[in-house]
Amino acid sequence: MELRVRALETVLSEKGYIDPAALDAIVQAYETRIGPHNGAQVVAKAWTDPAFKQALLHDGTKAVGTLGHVGRVGDHLVVVENTPQRHNMVVCTLCSCYPWEMLGLPPTWYKAAPYRSRAVKDPRGVLADFGVTLPKETEIRVWDSTAETRFLVLPMRPAGTEGWSEQQLAEIVTRDSMIGTGLPKTPGAPS
Amino acid sequence: MNGVHDMGGMDGFGKVEPEPNEPMFHTEWEGRVLAMVRAMGAAGAFNIDTSRYYREALPPEVYMTSSYYRKWFIGLENMLVAKGYITPEEVASAHAVEPAKPLKHGKFTVDQVERIMVRGKFGRTPGAPAKFRPGDRVRARNIHPTTHTRLPRYVRGHAGVVELNLGCNVYPDSAANEAGENPQWLYTVVFDSTELWGPDADPTVKISVDAFEPYLEPA
Repeated sequence: MELRVRALETVLSEKGYIDPAALDAIVQAYETRIGPHNGAQVVAKAWTDPAFKQALLHDGTKAVGTLGHVGRVGDHLVVVENTPQRHNMVVCTLCSCYPWEMLGLPPTWYKAAPYRSRAVKDPRGVLADFGVTLPKETEIRVWDSTAETRFLVLPMRPAGTEGWSEQQLAEIVTRDSMIGTGLPKTPGAPS
Repeated sequence: MNGVHDMGGMDGFGKVEPEPNEPMFHTEWEGRVLAMVRAMGAAGAFNIDTSRYYREALPPEVYMTSSYYRKWFIGLENMLVAKGYITPEEVASAHAVEPAKPLKHGKFTVDQVERIMVRGKFGRTPGAPAKFRPGDRVRARNIHPTTHTRLPRYVRGHAGVVELNLGCNVYPDSAANEAGENPQWLYTVVFDSTELWGPDADPTVKISVDAFEPYLEPA
């Protein structure tokens, strides 16, 4: 693969379609800047600022847009809230749609057949693969990202985090908790 | 198209196996593939729906046995050849031979990188009022387009409820074939698990898809 990829890049560059330095910059941005820390800041803010949370659930794009450098998202962000009654989980059964700007590039499992096939039919089984067990009566809502809408799960704030700063809270917000296949880290547990 | 990419509800793929501390790219070429796809798309060689279609159209055995970025690479190469931007001979010799085909937005350069770090806009001015409203019962039509569509097989023929109106959006079924944006209303439609998977399904589960208006009929 490596040779084939290099061959194509050479052709595209020689034909004047792309500047290889621009490809370097794209790769670097995804490796360094774009990642779940962006989403974690949004979640931590929602946990500490009720007005922001309300705005976020009402119009995710607009609310995130008020957060400066985190706020550069496309038009179609929908934030869905976990409650004691309802747990949300996001999948893309057709390909790999995922809120890149909030979470970075998706992990391999998100793009692979086991998750894409089972998330919509057996979400509790999938959660078990992640070591997550929810009460039997909790409603599970699976969002299949079949268009350009991107879904971000707002997990429940764990007990024992009263009085924590936004920064402290952001550190317990995991990528998987914003996809809905995990829960935030438990305060006091070894990380 | 009823391809192997449309995986919702299939059995037999086994457990989900997360990789601890997964790197952003497993090899350097994966990053180059991602960047080439983003750059050539931004330069106007193709739209996002066309690029999805070329990956779905890979032979099933290739789709199922290729890594994610290998699918992206083969799809990209096929697409650029089909659209006349490169020739198979150029790829084989790793050198440009033919004159370049002009790109809609010109060469992709470093100063354009920031622009593509924000997603494009897919909302469009509606040509007609929305047919459905939140709360309406609808049925996903039993349709089987042989080209690109975003209506997964597992909901076709099933009834659900409109939950959100997501506005009027570029219609992938048209855009993928370069038949124009043909904007359509888009809705989040929620289905009971028992409606999709039968009476033995877990009744606490609900599944939604985002469905364009032409995918739906009143139920």
